[in-house]
Amino acid sequence: MITTRLLGNWGGRAFVAILVLAAIFMPLSNAFLSPGDALYVPTTWVVLLGRWLAFALLALALDLVWGYCGILSLGHGAFFALGGYAIGMHMMREIGPRGVYGNPNLPDFMVFLNWSELPWYWWGFGNFWFAALMTMLVPGALAFVFGWFAFRSRVTGVYLSIITQAMTFALMLAFFRNEMGFGGNNGLTDFRDVLGFDLRARETRVALFSITALALATGYLVARAVVTSKLGLVLVAIRDAESRARFLGYRVERFKLFVFTLSAMMAGVAGALYVPQTGIINPGEFAPANSIEAVIWVAVGGRGTLWGAAVGAVLVNAAKSWLTGFAPGLWLFALGGLFVAVTLFLPRGLVGTVEHGWSALTERRRTARDEKGAGEDLASKPAE
Amino acid sequence: MKLFTTAGLVGGLFAATMLSGAALAQDAPSGEPIKVGILHSLSGTMAISETTLKDVMEMLIADQNEKGGLLGRPLEAVVVDPASDWPRFAEQARQLLAEDQVDAVFGAWTSVSRKSVLPVFEELNGILFYPVQYEGEESSRNIFYTGAAPNQQAIPAVDYLAEEEGVERWVLAGTDYVYPRTTNRILETYLKEELGVAEEDILINYTPFGHSDWQSIVSEIQTFGSSGKRTAVVSTINGDANVPFYRELANQGVSAEDIPVIAFSVGEEELAGIDTGPLVGHLAAWNYFMSVDTDENLDFIDKWHAFIGDEDRVTNDPMEAHYIGFNMWVKAVEKAGTTDTDAVIDAMIGVSVPNLTGGFSAMMPNHHITKPVLIGEIQDDGQFETVWETPGTVVAQEWSPYLEGSRDLIADWRAPLSCGNFNVVTGQCGGQGAEAAEEAPAEEAAN
Amino acid sequence: MIAFLRGMVLLLMLAGPAAAQSDLRPLIDALGAGSGFDATERAVQALAATGDPAAAPVLRALADGDLVTRTSDGRVFVGERDGRTYALTDALTGEDAGEAARGDVDAIRVNNRLRRAVTAAMGSLTLQSPSIRQRMNAAQAIFSARDAEAIEALDAAIEAETVLSVANLMRQARAAAVLNSDRPEAEKVEAARIVAARGDRDALVLLAPYAEGEGELAEAASAGVSAIQSRLTLIDWAQNVFYGLSLGSVLLLAAIGLAVTFGVMGVINMAHGEMVMIGAYTTFVVQGLMRAHAPGLFDYSLLFALPAAFLVAGAIGVAIERGIIRWLYGRPLETLLATWGVSLILQQATRSWFGASNREVSSPSWMSGTIDVLGAQLTLNRLVIIFFSLAVLLGLMAVMRWTSFGLQMRAATQNRRMAAAMGIRTPWVDAMTFGLGSGIAGLAGVALSQIDNVSPNLGQSYIIDSFLVVVFGGVGSLWGTLTAAMSLGVVNKFLEPYAGAVLAKILVLVLVILFIQKRPRGLFAQKGRAVEA
Repeated sequence: MITTRLLGNWGGRAFVAILVLAAIFMPLSNAFLSPGDALYVPTTWVVLLGRWLAFALLALALDLVWGYCGILSLGHGAFFALGGYAIGMHMMREIGPRGVYGNPNLPDFMVFLNWSELPWYWWGFGNFWFAALMTMLVPGALAFVFGWFAFRSRVTGVYLSIITQAMTFALMLAFFRNEMGFGGNNGLTDFRDVLGFDLRARETRVALFSITALALATGYLVARAVVTSKLGLVLVAIRDAESRARFLGYRVERFKLFVFTLSAMMAGVAGALYVPQTGIINPGEFAPANSIEAVIWVAVGGRGTLWGAAVGAVLVNAAKSWLTGFAPGLWLFALGGLFVAVTLFLPRGLVGTVEHGWSALTERRRTARDEKGAGEDLASKPAE
Repeated sequence: MKLFTTAGLVGGLFAATMLSGAALAQDAPSGEPIKVGILHSLSGTMAISETTLKDVMEMLIADQNEKGGLLGRPLEAVVVDPASDWPRFAEQARQLLAEDQVDAVFGAWTSVSRKSVLPVFEELNGILFYPVQYEGEESSRNIFYTGAAPNQQAIPAVDYLAEEEGVERWVLAGTDYVYPRTTNRILETYLKEELGVAEEDILINYTPFGHSDWQSIVSEIQTFGSSGKRTAVVSTINGDANVPFYRELANQGVSAEDIPVIAFSVGEEELAGIDTGPLVGHLAAWNYFMSVDTDENLDFIDKWHAFIGDEDRVTNDPMEAHYIGFNMWVKAVEKAGTTDTDAVIDAMIGVSVPNLTGGFSAMMPNHHITKPVLIGEIQDDGQFETVWETPGTVVAQEWSPYLEGSRDLIADWRAPLSCGNFNVVTGQCGGQGAEAAEEAPAEEAAN
Repeated sequence: MIAFLRGMVLLLMLAGPAAAQSDLRPLIDALGAGSGFDATERAVQALAATGDPAAAPVLRALADGDLVTRTSDGRVFVGERDGRTYALTDALTGEDAGEAARGDVDAIRVNNRLRRAVTAAMGSLTLQSPSIRQRMNAAQAIFSARDAEAIEALDAAIEAETVLSVANLMRQARAAAVLNSDRPEAEKVEAARIVAARGDRDALVLLAPYAEGEGELAEAASAGVSAIQSRLTLIDWAQNVFYGLSLGSVLLLAAIGLAVTFGVMGVINMAHGEMVMIGAYTTFVVQGLMRAHAPGLFDYSLLFALPAAFLVAGAIGVAIERGIIRWLYGRPLETLLATWGVSLILQQATRSWFGASNREVSSPSWMSGTIDVLGAQLTLNRLVIIFFSLAVLLGLMAVMRWTSFGLQMRAATQNRRMAAAMGIRTPWVDAMTFGLGSGIAGLAGVALSQIDNVSPNLGQSYIIDSFLVVVFGGVGSLWGTLTAAMSLGVVNKFLEPYAGAVLAKILVLVLVILFIQKRPRGLFAQKGRAVEA
């Protein structure tokens, strides 16, 4: 029973299975196969796929709030970036005296801008576990405070979307400031290793990929646990008729706040996984356009499907990677066209459409015998 | 994922055949093409500056093929679009080096895009030519910096203003990012230590990227400039923010005769978007101007116009940097007789090629090149008129002597030293050296 | 500049041009003889010292950077460059002097210092010119140059001057020159008072150096300085309000179209910024066409660009509505995604069509420069934009209130089904409303092309601000949009001097976020059931 609840339908099962298999297969392939073999995956692809999976986790987090609670956050990139900065700060500290100036305490950018000592908010980031905790706590805290104000005063719908966008925009401007002590426009870069493992080593890359894949699978299971619980049903009720849920006595803002914070923490983890694989984190990650793009991944994959959102993220990013190399100068047309086409012709998204067709099919079979499977169906149907 | 691999391969092959088809049409060069990667944004915010550089690289490569290619083999451009997205720069750089197997990459514009690709080039041992003036404080074995370091642009500029125009009061206005921050810090120290400028005679101002409302700042500059001492603005304002800045200067009637503005990021390309009538006399410091009157430059301009098919297109300093960088690479490959990365990197040092301003630029052991410094005044036709230039070329100080941390560092990539940040005091490669490295774990634990 | 001005006035009257010409030749050739700006500056002074009006055009050519030296014989000509050759003309007579290859001539370099010297020299040469404007310029030039040698020339000129304001200006110029001379202290004190009475920034620049130290002059100067400074503080404050309003008007312009598409229709139009961009590019195209076909009317090109931009952006808006948005009514968040896609396409289309770099849109002469309002320097283009934004807002209000289209628009948005039942063609109204919003964004583009880059990225920089303005003001309320835009602009400008431009912007964003928490429906919230839907 519990497996059905957590894994969901056939798609979810396949999704988790593929992730786990990939997490196991990738190190094996890289260790035992050589470039000539058919199943060998070059490091370039490992890095690329690892980053896409980190994006997929972000999309999953976003789908949790948007697909199941109707909160369209246009600022989830901020949580993602904060998570990335947290781990980035740790990796900056890890460089230690190996930086270009050889200062054991200060990151390079602080040395050449004449900072004399480490700002207080950098304290503790030398410790990996502290930093790892921060990748969740910092985005979570921001989401909690932001959500506490916003949901309590019933800022909803497009208003919420727009202030989340303003939030990430303000953060972007703030992180661009060199006085903030986060490296300004260049951000944090020149990472060497994490927990003693050389980031440029093939093995580390493969390991990071596997960790990301497993994190994504875990994220999926957590999200499923939330949406299939009683709390999840209330979330869907809030999504579909917020006032009604409130009149029924539910403290709507608490449910929203919980799921928003949880989602932000997941986004933070995604960012923390993304940065070591990318090798740089800079304020550009806060750009509102990035957050909007994340929403689009969810829309392309299918809102309210969880694993669909992840698939959407991977598909759109794959398309982008391929097109920017293959048709530079034209890829924006293709991408823009894709967004328009998906919203017009596939309002449920790719996965959502397939799932819907599937469940319609089983529904028809089932109606002959019994009635609907309530939770499952409600959850997979987005509504305004 | 297997699917994407195949798709990527097919796409790559398709692009390759299309491009090499053009190259092979010339009969002279034959054999396996030598691939050159071009990593400039063709979309997004930086496309405004970088697209031109992609074009100029294609022109240089076509030109080289006409001359018979390189080592008897044709050159082939591999163009990608990192879309002004920094992580994508790293991704595409990896793609170029690992999948397309290019022998050299010409690309990046902003410092952050260079920082983002640097680890990739070091990991996969590639060669990058970086054509834009930048803040210095870097020297990588795998990167050749063909743009100016701060001492090849900023310091001669303030020298000129102080000597020729008698400027005593300085506004350092910049966009809030690393290049202006570093340059202004260097200038601040230089002004105070070398020119004896007092603290209150320096005003430093930072604005966000793409700042478009300059009313208050221009008025502040005017106020600052009304102390009776001659005042100048040293502008490290970047990109798009310049047009509204200059428009506001013109509107508030700040003429170059009152308060000259000297810019390090405003070239012919940026001026193409402004009516320069009211800006005559404002200055810029570069290593090249389109107006430079040499045969090499006129030939280059003619070639550019013919290639791009538009007589109105301008040339600018980063284009010259690519011109120099490309010719240096060609010469180094010929010298090494191979495109092998290590051999070419070794052969690069000491290579000297003509620049477009009538002299020669040489690749120094610090992977930066020697450049003349030119100060130009804006003319009403959108061009710069050179009013001053250094007598010879200037060697880049990649580690600025005016910054606390980098005072003792040098870069030398020749055989015995082979180090990008050698500390001459401790005699160690890697900044402050090994002693500090040993103490570090203890400190780490203390935190 | 040894006594040349004194001689000049005499020479102006006495020396005949024929005699002067032969004298001038060697002096003109001297312009190109020395190396470095010092030598050229001395040559300029020597030339000006002849006082020969024939020297004026030569000096002007020098300032324009048109003079070249022929290396073979060291003679100086006006050289017009054509590719790799120069067409030479005689600097004095304007006679054709043949051609010269690029290598055979050296252009005489001019820099700011030299240009200042030329301006000063020209000032003295034109002090008694018949044109009032030239006399004023001359006086102003001497005022800035503080040329002590010019005092007597000024005395003569003031004597002969008939226009009161010009004479006043000349007196100030004389005072400036006196301050810079070795005349007795008493005269200087009087001069300091005259300069102080001028009361502007130029006067401040001039007086500041004398305000230090002791003595009567220092006292008079520092009194003048502090008087001017306190006056300037007041003016600065007023000017800051103006800057704020001007920034507000830009925000208003950017937001006003969105107030229609988003505020009235509820469509989250992420391609709104691109409509602004299209308006700006239309201006560019219109200017190009007018430059080619109607150069006489070029100064009014913006007036032609306005309807063109409205129509082009409006038409594209209608096309977007018919093609995409109409399928998405009732799903506001999905219009966001689709229009984001549209914005990417429009941006890249512009980039491939017009190129990635900035395009030059020139400002008409009636929008350049400043006007003086009680000492505050208001830039004309900003002023025009403030009025333009208000005009657009009022025009839109008029359309909505008094036309039948406006009535239908309000009806359709307030109760679509009822409106349809009353016979209103709601799809048509929707398309027109969206077109109207986009068209207004196009109008904004015309105005913004005057102060910002005309590049494919233009729209992106305004999209977040404009959404915030609309939400802050209260969706659906045009007055709210106005209030929001203006107050955000002013707040931003008053924060800027203390916090710096970056922090000011962040603070404004945070303020807006906090405000929306307090009043989720904005400043002018709409009331009623429809709001909840």
